[in-house]
Amino acid sequence: MMLFYLLGTIALAAAVNVVAQRRVFYSALFLIICLCALSGLYMLLQAPFIAAVQVIVYAGAIMVLFLFVIMLLDPFSAVPLSEKKRYLGYLGIAMGTATLVLLVPFLLSYDLSRVPRNVTGMAAGTGITRRIGETIFKEYLLPFEVTSVLILVAIIGAVILGKKKI
Amino acid sequence: MWIDLVILFTKAFVLINAVLILTSFLTWMERKQSAVMQDRLGANRAPIFGVRAFGLPHILADALKMFFKEDYVPPGGDKLLHTVAPLAAVFFALMSFAAIPFGDAIRVGSREIKLQVLELDVGLLFVFAMMSMGIYGTFLAGFSSNNKFAFLGGLRASSQMISYEITMGATLVGLLMIFKTLDLNQIVREQGQLLWGWLPSWGIILQPFGFLLFLTAGFAETKRVPFDLPEGESEIIGYFVEYSSMKFGAFFMVDFVETILIAALTATLFLGGWQMPYLYGDGFHFPWGTTHSLSSASVTILQVASFGIKVLFVCWLMLLIRWTLPRFRYDQLMRLGWKILLPLSVANIFLTGFFLILLQSR
Repeated sequence: MMLFYLLGTIALAAAVNVVAQRRVFYSALFLIICLCALSGLYMLLQAPFIAAVQVIVYAGAIMVLFLFVIMLLDPFSAVPLSEKKRYLGYLGIAMGTATLVLLVPFLLSYDLSRVPRNVTGMAAGTGITRRIGETIFKEYLLPFEVTSVLILVAIIGAVILGKKKI
Repeated sequence: MWIDLVILFTKAFVLINAVLILTSFLTWMERKQSAVMQDRLGANRAPIFGVRAFGLPHILADALKMFFKEDYVPPGGDKLLHTVAPLAAVFFALMSFAAIPFGDAIRVGSREIKLQVLELDVGLLFVFAMMSMGIYGTFLAGFSSNNKFAFLGGLRASSQMISYEITMGATLVGLLMIFKTLDLNQIVREQGQLLWGWLPSWGIILQPFGFLLFLTAGFAETKRVPFDLPEGESEIIGYFVEYSSMKFGAFFMVDFVETILIAALTATLFLGGWQMPYLYGDGFHFPWGTTHSLSSASVTILQVASFGIKVLFVCWLMLLIRWTLPRFRYDQLMRLGWKILLPLSVANIFLTGFFLILLQSR
């Protein structure tokens, strides 16, 4: 339980910092910390496979690409909002408030007593690799394969965009 | 509760110290081995009271020298990230060892202690996760130095590590298909079985092709000589060009720690881990019928020793290759990773699947 609060605090603090940091590079680094803390939370939920994949795919691969892009574009600028873009900031605040207002009814109707206090109530071993594999490759085989076709399409598109002459 | 924590910390403490001692030993080993290969004497200029001890005091001398150098952060660089980068590199490299089993479970009283710091269902994935986080060490070092050469070195390092990580994962799929688990301890247990009653079913025997591919990809992960483009000690400049003092020492160390990590992984996955041929929980059972019973304590010692010897052997092999091969060019490196190793490892997956189905249908 202590670990949960610790990881939760880290995740939240990092998430706030992602938005609050002036430098894009730091924002990305805080996003990595946030993802790692979330992975720790998955581990507490006894889903080690999800936790590991979270770190490998998101923190380890996708965020590296994010950082590549940030670094190659604009490494050291502490992007201040220029006057022209100021309205974007106001727009952001407005959108955030709207989302919060929309969330309020859900938060109010949230019944705390129904939240499971530990994971023993869950079906045992949901996060175990074998179970996930069986679910994906038996029950949801078709959607899974269709997703991979989608990714293939994206890859082909990226190659065509990236290369002028093929 | 408390006793569990104490056991856990003891295991972690012993493991980390073993790795670090082996790391410092490897620096000496590399010098001596290269000297032998090149017909030189090698390091022998740090005697303590006239005792040269084959140059072993160099380990101490090097560490002292590192600590007393000026710690310099380049102006215009990012001081925080400049400091975090070597820490991250060392941290994630050492963390990976947590999932590696170095012996079978031992029994003390009614308590079963597994000789593995972190018992995980997804141990292998954990190691890979830590390795992929290790990229940030090199990456941040290159970025925070405010130096174009370091920056390019960091880019080279991270793209190389990402590319070869994918290959490395693909080379292991064949092995996972055979052992049907990601739990490293379980993988080692499976390797204790015998094929046809006499041949230990180690990964290298079931997956010889996968072993070669994995070792090659693992070599690229350690960023050492045939693949040392990220750092390029002799000509091109690498990501830690702006580092001095122990921060440089940390990067220097990480190279060796990663060598040991790849060696430990190779030993665990392909060389039977802590298994010794014909050694079971109660002693040796040779296939020709003789048995030789041993106490459980000596069996444990033999297991840990066998794991240690395997790791040392692979380290030696890696040093041998490091001092034999010249460096790749960067395009050659990328071609090797993406156009040769990856297709070969995919072919390996298909071949393994083919044989598995063939064996099942019989």
